[in-house]
Amino acid sequence: MAVRVQEAPFDLGAETERFADAQADMGAVVTFTGIVRDLPGDSLDRMVIEHYPGMTEKALEKIELDARERWSLGDVLIIHRFGPMAANERIMMVATASRHRKDAFEAAEFLMDYLKSRAPFWKKEFTASGAEWVAAKDADEEALTRW
Amino acid sequence: MDVLYFAWVRERIGIPREKVETQAATVADLVEELRAREPRYAAAFADLSALRVALDQELTEFDAPLAGVREVAFFPPMTGG
Repeated sequence: MAVRVQEAPFDLGAETERFADAQADMGAVVTFTGIVRDLPGDSLDRMVIEHYPGMTEKALEKIELDARERWSLGDVLIIHRFGPMAANERIMMVATASRHRKDAFEAAEFLMDYLKSRAPFWKKEFTASGAEWVAAKDADEEALTRW
Repeated sequence: MDVLYFAWVRERIGIPREKVETQAATVADLVEELRAREPRYAAAFADLSALRVALDQELTEFDAPLAGVREVAFFPPMTGG
């Protein structure tokens, strides 16, 4: 169980290396990284992510446990940042390890689908013309129905 | 109980959390009480379909009972990842 919710940036390369190094009998490691997107036309000054301390960690741990019930996994790592960040900064990452790649791939997708609409994070985008909360997409909720 | 607000709900109401004394039986009853307080609450709770609620840090529905609950949180749909 490795869930980290932090304001500080993380080193994607170092985290991935450390994660892979720890997998003794696993044949596959899948990682996904979420990056702050710049906005078309209206350049992003910064994104600020708010979260619900306490519930965030519980929700992420629950999502990890749900994934472990469905797939045969080695380690799982979820890192998610909050606070201000600039375009191109890494927001979050998940890593999954399994003996064969299918479990690691599917579990990583499952973690991402649930993390998007069941972990209490809210994104606000600041541009020269103002600030707006990012609206949840219907497609994100629909994505959960396939699991 | 403690009532917490996040994201634009927090901005509309103007505070991140407050203590509320209530006899409300369900979340929906509590929302009615809050709406009746001031226009900023009425604005924040105008459309419940745009809101989510957690009781003691577990997502739930607006018809959930409040008995024994210590912490209620209102927020918009989540946008993690």
